[in-house]
Formats: sequence, C-alpha cells, structure tokens
Amino acid sequence: MHSLLRNKTFRDTAFQVGFVGGLILMIVVLIFTARTNLEAQGMTSGFGFLERATGWGVNFSLIEFTTSDTYLKVIWVGILNSLFLGSISLVLATVLGTIIGVMRVSGNRVAEMIGTTYVEIFRNLPLLLQVFFWYAVLTSLPRPKEGISLFDVAFISGRGMYFPGLNVTGGSVFVMFIGLFAAIALTIWLRMARRFRRMEPATKKSRGRLIWMVFGVFAVVCMWAGRIPDTDLLSIPFLKGLNYREGVRVSPELLTCIIGISIYGAAYIGEIVRAGFNSLSKGQGEAGYALGLSPWQTFSRIKLPLAIRAVMPTLINQYVWLFKSTTVGIAIGFVDFFMVISTSINQSGQTLELIAILMGGFLIINYSMAWVLNRVNDAIALKGSQLRV
Amino acid sequence: MAKTYQKPNYFDRIRGDFFSTKLDASMTIVFGLLAAWALWNLVNWGVLHAVWSADDRALCGHGTEGACWGVIDARWRLIMFGLYPFEEQWRSAIACIVMVIVGVLSCVPWFWNAKRLPVLWISGFALFYGLMRGGFFGLTPVFEQNWGGLSLTIFIFASVSLIGMPLAIVFALLRRSELPWIAHTMGLIIDTIRSLPLLSIMFTFAIVLPFVLPGWMIGDKLYRVIVGYALFFACYQAEIIRGGIQALPPGQEEAAKALGMSYWHRIGYIVLPQAFRNALPPTINQFVITFKETSLVVIIGFFELLASANAAYGTSEWNFAHIEVYAFVGLIYFIFVFALSRYGAYLERRLAVAER
Repeated sequence: MHSLLRNKTFRDTAFQVGFVGGLILMIVVLIFTARTNLEAQGMTSGFGFLERATGWGVNFSLIEFTTSDTYLKVIWVGILNSLFLGSISLVLATVLGTIIGVMRVSGNRVAEMIGTTYVEIFRNLPLLLQVFFWYAVLTSLPRPKEGISLFDVAFISGRGMYFPGLNVTGGSVFVMFIGLFAAIALTIWLRMARRFRRMEPATKKSRGRLIWMVFGVFAVVCMWAGRIPDTDLLSIPFLKGLNYREGVRVSPELLTCIIGISIYGAAYIGEIVRAGFNSLSKGQGEAGYALGLSPWQTFSRIKLPLAIRAVMPTLINQYVWLFKSTTVGIAIGFVDFFMVISTSINQSGQTLELIAILMGGFLIINYSMAWVLNRVNDAIALKGSQLRV
Repeated sequence: MAKTYQKPNYFDRIRGDFFSTKLDASMTIVFGLLAAWALWNLVNWGVLHAVWSADDRALCGHGTEGACWGVIDARWRLIMFGLYPFEEQWRSAIACIVMVIVGVLSCVPWFWNAKRLPVLWISGFALFYGLMRGGFFGLTPVFEQNWGGLSLTIFIFASVSLIGMPLAIVFALLRRSELPWIAHTMGLIIDTIRSLPLLSIMFTFAIVLPFVLPGWMIGDKLYRVIVGYALFFACYQAEIIRGGIQALPPGQEEAAKALGMSYWHRIGYIVLPQAFRNALPPTINQFVITFKETSLVVIIGFFELLASANAAYGTSEWNFAHIEVYAFVGLIYFIFVFALSRYGAYLERRLAVAER
C-alpha cells in the first residue's frame, strides 16, 4: 500500500480522477437536488415552454413582436437588441476612444490635458453610475411640447429623440446594414491584408470603388424592395397633440445605453490607443519626416497602421469585455438579452432552462466575436522576423 | 565672449509647449477655449450659483441655474449608511474607516508578506464585521438586511477580495498543474466564467442556487452573491497570477527543483512571491474594477451606495436634484478608485525602475 502511494503514476492518476470525478459528482448532486426541489414545487422542467406564447410585450424590438409570440421569439428579440446596442456602442466607443487616444499623444499640452481629464473621469466611475446619470438627464429633458428642435426635422425631448427616417420595412434595413458591414469589412481587408500587398495601387483603388458601387446598387434595391406601400418614402417627425408622429424614435433607454457604454468604453480604448502609439519606436515617425512626408501623412500612413496592429490583441479583449457590459441596460429597462431572460424567469418560472440559455448565448456570442476579431488580427498582422515596430 | 546655453525663460517655455507650430497654436486656442468654457460653466453651476443648505430648498428647483447641494446636506446620512439605525451610524462610520486604514496599510511594502497581509486583512475584516453586526459589549445587533450605503459597498468589496484572492491562487496553480486533466478542466472553468457577464453570475447565484442546493447550504442572498462575485474575481485574478508566473524565467523553478525543494516550498518561497511582484500592477487594476463593479449588486436588489443615491432623490421633495446626488456619489467612488489607480501607476513606475 505504502509503495503504491509513492508511485508517481498512480498518485497522478488518483489526483486527476479525484478532481474531475469530484466536479462531476458535484454537478450530479446539484442536478438531483434541483429535480427533487422542482418536483416538490410541482414545476415541470424541459424546454417545451419555448413554444408557449409569452403574454407580455417588449418596448423595443428590431423585429415584429406581439404578446402572442413565443418565448423563443422573445429571446431572439433580446439577442438582436443586445447585438444592435453592442455594435453601435463599440463603433462609437472606438471612434471616440481613438480621438481621445490621439489627443493624448498629440504633443499639444492643452489637448493632452483634456484627454487625460476625460480618461480619468470616465474610467474611474462605475459604468452603472454613468448609465443612471445619463438616464436621469435624458428623461428630465423637456416634454415633447417644449422639445428641442433641430432644423424642424429632428427633435430631442424627454420621451426620446426623433429622426427623419425611411418608410421601409425593418427587415430590408437590416439586410442593408449587413451589406454595409460587408462593404466596410471588404474595404479594410483590401487595404490592410497581406494578401493584396503586391497589388497595383491603381487596381486596388478601382477594386475599392467597385465594392462601394455594388453596395450602392444593393442599398437602393433593398430600399425599393422594402418600401411600405402608399406612404411617402421619407418620413419626417412632426408634433401632433402631446407627442411626435412619424419619423424614427430612439427611446431614452436605448440612447442612454449607447451614450453610457460608448463614453465609458472610449476611456478604456483611448488608453489602449495611447499605449499603442507610445509603443512605436521614435524612428518610425522620424523616418517619415525625413522622407518629406507631412505630419498628417506620417500620422495616417505610418503611425496609425502600426499602432492599430500593435493594439489589436488588447483591443479584442476590450471589445469582448465591453460587449458583456451591455447587460447594464436592465438597470434602466432596456430590453436586452439579459433583461428578456430575467423577465421570462419571472413570468414562466423556468429558471434553470433560461439561465442555461443565457449562459450558452453569451458563450457563443463572445467566443464567435473573439474568433472573428482574431482572424482579422491574423490577416492584418505584419509577418517576419526582422520587424522593428 | 561666446554665448553659453541659457535656460529658456518663462515666455519661451510657454511658446515651446503650447505654440510651437501653427497647428499647435490653433489646437491650443480651440481646445483652450473649449476647456475654459466648460470649466466656467461648471464653476458657475457648482459653486457660484449653488444653494448649499437644506433649509433653502425653496431657492432651488426649476428655473435656477445653480446646483442644489442642499440635497446632500439633507440626505448624506442615507447615502452613506443606508437603512442602518440612526443612533448606531457611528459604528458604520468607524467600520468604514477601519477598512480604509486596512486598505492603506496593505499598500505599505512592509506588509507584503504571506503572513502579515492575511493577518491584517482578516483582523481588519473581523473588526469591521463586529462593529457592523454588533451583538456584544452592549452593541445592539444590526442584521445584514439593514446594512446599506458606503458600508455595504465596502463590505462586499472586502469580502470578495478576502474570499477571491486565495481562491485565485488555487485556480492559477491548478491551471498550471502538470496533470493534463486537472489543468484542462480548470482552464475550461476559468474561460467559461470569464466569458460570462458578472451580472449573469450574480443573478445565477442569487436566483438559481436556491433551486439546486440542499436547504442547509442556501444561506443569505447577500452571501450567495458575494460568493458568486468572489468566484468571478478569482477567475480573472487567476489569469493575472498565471501571467505573473509565466513571466518568470523557467530557471527559477528548475533551480528550486534541483535543490530538492518540495512542491509547496517551491510555490511558496520561489514562484509565488516573484509572480506577485510581476503581477502587482494588473492586480491593482483588478481591484479597481472590482470596486467599481460592486455597484452592479443594485440590480440584484441590494441597498448599496448607488441604490441609496437613487433613494436620496427618489422622494418628491428632492426629485429634481438627481445630478447633484450622482455627482456626490460619483465623487465618493472617484476618490476610492482614483487613489487606487494612481497607486497602481506609481507601483508600475517603481517596478520599472527596479527592473533596469
């Protein structure tokens, strides 16, 4: 017995079996307890409830949703809303963050000070506090009757923002946006990927123009196919009675989430961008000036592409992390994936199944996001052993 | 006589810093005016036109352009202590100060030691808990349901750190284990939890655990949320510690092996002390994030700092004063988080000097 315990192979196997077996045993015990607890409360388990009608509505949805639709559909609505909010906020946060980051390395003292103040304020306050703050500010704006008008085509009020929109179905707009993303992605791919490095600049330019022409035709076709019959193509909001009619309404909840997450995310992304520029060796910029490039050319052709490549891995983690933070929307009542699940739990009582869907959904979204961004990173990374970034 | 180097005078320095080129000058002017305008409005609103006393409530409200700090004057006890009984609030205040002192002391290098730091934190935490809970030396017992405000925030933060840190070390060591099954299982657990939002973990522990646990293990909702948060913290911190371990030259551990040191001696005396030194800046950053994200428990329904802020302007008496309340609570968060992150930046610089 004693010699058996001193045998390394035996000990290692025993440790591993004990560890994994212990975990499996724990899960089995949890499942059995759950089953007895649920039986005691007379609840049925299983995913059959997904086919049932919800009986409650949502206040923001990208697709048609009524109270007689199923739980499956409401979860899909939540996922779409989360992706919608996430993609808008991430894009805005990236743009704003890049501006802040560039301000902090611009060499101008005043710009640096403003950038630093921005980062220190918004990075050091909890996101939830910022979201509550913006929500309180946005909902305390004047009522529609005294709303702020921008050239009489867009309005800002406590009930949300109203923009001019197109009288087309949501589905065709969605398809058009997929086309837009594809066009942007193709352009970036064409510009930055190693595969096209040896292509003639003129060919590259004409290929880029071709992509956007195809997209333009595609967009017009989408709009034409998705037109709502018997209405004007352009829908401009106007005040009637106590509220605005027509146009596109952006609710205060959605607006708050977008503003809050972009501003918060921009503070982090600004720091990442700054670190990227600081990681470039001084010689890169000096070489640009020595070749007679202007400051703008040096910045946009030499420093920025190198900085983007340097920060890409950090930025990917930041994006995944920021996307997770869209769940704060529940605090102010934005119908995202998390809120849909939480409301469904309250209404249907199918706690375990819904939590499983929530976790599975986030795992899939986050892993696929990280996978796609990592492929992008691989495609634009500089290869070689003699790199001096 | 040849002109020697002259120290640039004040005027030249300003010109060099702010107006060296045309672009620089125009940026200075545009951004400077923007900043001055924002600052002027802020001072105008927050100081010059502000109402400072709760008795002057009639002066603020709609139509005035100043801040109404009277709401803080009237409600600061609610914000700081929540529903803690009024006569006992001094205990809550002392408890908070104790925990802040513990936090400051753990920044002193003398305490960076596997014996001193745990003793400091456990005794500080015990003092905090004793003061808050009471029930001895004639202190009236106050149960967790009545805790609130800043003291609840600090309580959650301190317990998450206290449970999460040892757990993180265990997780990191398991993930680095030479036994493939243990390492891979732990890796799977850590990666899964890391890709979930904190809110969903807290929610699961608060709502779902009662279903799957046997009755005697359920415990109070507050402690379930803390355990869930600690688990989440541990998974992130484990990756930070693992990063610190991986940054060590492999020769360190090999030398320890060659000297015949046992696993625990190698880990305790060679690997972990150096790994923590490497991982110190990201660890501080993790604490910063953890402190900020304690605010999420408000969604689960606890009455911490942010929830008490919502309550402070929730009555009809002060319902217009949301910006002032959030500014005040934001300032409290800012003081804690900013101090911690500055300390992290200082450490990073200091360690960088030591590396040279």
